[in-house]
Amino acid sequence: MMTSRRLLQLAVIVVALAYPIVTSGSPVWQRLGALVLLAAISASAWNIVGGYAGQVSVGHAVFFGIGAYAAVVAFVHLDLPPILGAPIGMLLSVAVAVVVGVPTLRLSGHYFSMATIAVGELVRVLSSTSDWLGGAQGLGGPAMPRTVFDLSFVSAMPYYYIFLAVLTGLLGLTWWIERSRMGFYLRAIKDSERAARSLGVSAGRYKLHAYMLSAAFTSLAGSLYLCMFGFIDPESGFGILLSVKMVVMAALGGAGQLFGPLIGALILVPLEELSNSLLGGQGAGITFVVYGAIIVIIARFLPSGLLSLLERRPHPGTKAAPANPNPASGHAD
Amino acid sequence: MTTTLLLQVVVSGLLLGAVYALFSSGLSLIWGMMNVVNFAHGEFVMLGMYTAVVVWTAMGGGPWASVPIAAILIGTLGVLAYFLLVRHIMRGPMLAQILGTFGLALFLRYGALWVFGANFKTLPDDLVGHSFILGGIRFEGSRVLAGAVGFIVTVLLHLLLTRTSVGSRMLAVSEDATAAQLMGIRPQRMQALAWALAGAATGIAGALVATFFYTSPTVGETLAIVAFVTVALGGFGSVLGALVAGLLIGVVESLSAFLIGPVYKDVIVYAVFVLVLWFRPQGLMGTT
Repeated sequence: MMTSRRLLQLAVIVVALAYPIVTSGSPVWQRLGALVLLAAISASAWNIVGGYAGQVSVGHAVFFGIGAYAAVVAFVHLDLPPILGAPIGMLLSVAVAVVVGVPTLRLSGHYFSMATIAVGELVRVLSSTSDWLGGAQGLGGPAMPRTVFDLSFVSAMPYYYIFLAVLTGLLGLTWWIERSRMGFYLRAIKDSERAARSLGVSAGRYKLHAYMLSAAFTSLAGSLYLCMFGFIDPESGFGILLSVKMVVMAALGGAGQLFGPLIGALILVPLEELSNSLLGGQGAGITFVVYGAIIVIIARFLPSGLLSLLERRPHPGTKAAPANPNPASGHAD
Repeated sequence: MTTTLLLQVVVSGLLLGAVYALFSSGLSLIWGMMNVVNFAHGEFVMLGMYTAVVVWTAMGGGPWASVPIAAILIGTLGVLAYFLLVRHIMRGPMLAQILGTFGLALFLRYGALWVFGANFKTLPDDLVGHSFILGGIRFEGSRVLAGAVGFIVTVLLHLLLTRTSVGSRMLAVSEDATAAQLMGIRPQRMQALAWALAGAATGIAGALVATFFYTSPTVGETLAIVAFVTVALGGFGSVLGALVAGLLIGVVESLSAFLIGPVYKDVIVYAVFVLVLWFRPQGLMGTT
């Protein structure tokens, strides 16, 4: 068992590292790989507060947009490489998370979700009225790379490896949190906040910490997006569709599970990108009809996400099923 | 002069708000009764709007034809959504509900794009009579009709829920489905009825909105956010709350568009919403 698990892990690592080299002949596939990783970063960041702490934010685009705008502002107004805006964006996002989170995390369930939607829309509309941020037209990054620090490459391969490194770091951090005292508290809060509070867990503080951490990494994803696309406008930075996509990806794979958002991104991003490129603008309608139908079917039949498939099916050899009186239960019947 | 102008703005706000109230009351009903947030609500409004467009282009019918048709069609859609999807995801985690209804939203939105195309459709201005001036205030026929019908249907829905036996049975199911079942009420039937009513109210609202607003496949996204704000402001499950909040939002919106500038009307509405959530999270009329 241990060896087959190790082998699987090794295979995943090899595939992840070799993917852009194998696909180096096809820029479309390379780009797709980078996009999957970028989406996985923001969905995994969302997962910290939405999945682990169970606080369903539907306004995470706020942080994504702050990250993207911080990067582009660093270039446009300060003439710096865009990526230097990333730490500023992360700090700003954490600050916004505190301002939004302190009053709204007290609200439970749908109220928190609604509040995050409202804050998201508020910021989107405000950003489109600000000339400093380029208004509704948005702002562009460096047209031509000046130095390598501009992170402006023609090939998607460098982005792929940058995103892979960030995602690995984020998943490592999430893994560590999952096993730490904080992860334990977050699960307790998610199960029953009242019970957790009565046992002395300061629920508000841990929810806020999860929200701040989540905001920082979503912001980083936004900065990385800007480096790759070189352009941001209010709709693609703060749009509600962006927020919802983070939720959908995480929920599709399995929210509150380490690899859930990555699995969701692996399914949804290719589905969206490939059908867009195959069908072009004309067929975009059909693409999303199918996309919507798939999401509905998964929500209907697998409400806890795709990863729940693995849990439900007992592994031969891992579970001994001691209390099972029927010896024939192992057979496919 | 200024007083008349200000009065004009308030009246337009109230008329708009009554329509907001109607299309939010369906969302509020579902939300309060089943604790399900329908992220496809905006798409229900959108399909109600397209019903009006199709009724007009196919047979030249105005709102008197499209409103009942939209009520029946979108009401049926609500029942279908309940039996095929919502019934199954209701007991699941909240995320499954968001996932399921958002998937439905995409399906309907892009299905409409596929069927009707991306172009904006508008109904002729004089479809609902001409505008008239009363006491120095200009009234547009379409908005007066939409506002009046919106107000009346919302009040009727409120009375249905609070004053009739069916309403009491529906509220009983929302309080405690098991207990209601023991009293001989069939929860699924009541919940399906709630979806039918919500769908019908939303369809009517859509058909009315179409008489003065452009119709497009993505219009639901904009309208859904207004509905969310209205419902949260009014209190989940309270149709009366949706009415008060809808009127309030209509007035705040048109006042801030007039006094500060059209771009900022949404900013003010969202800001009011965030403040209300902060100080009174159960909404204006909701209970905790």
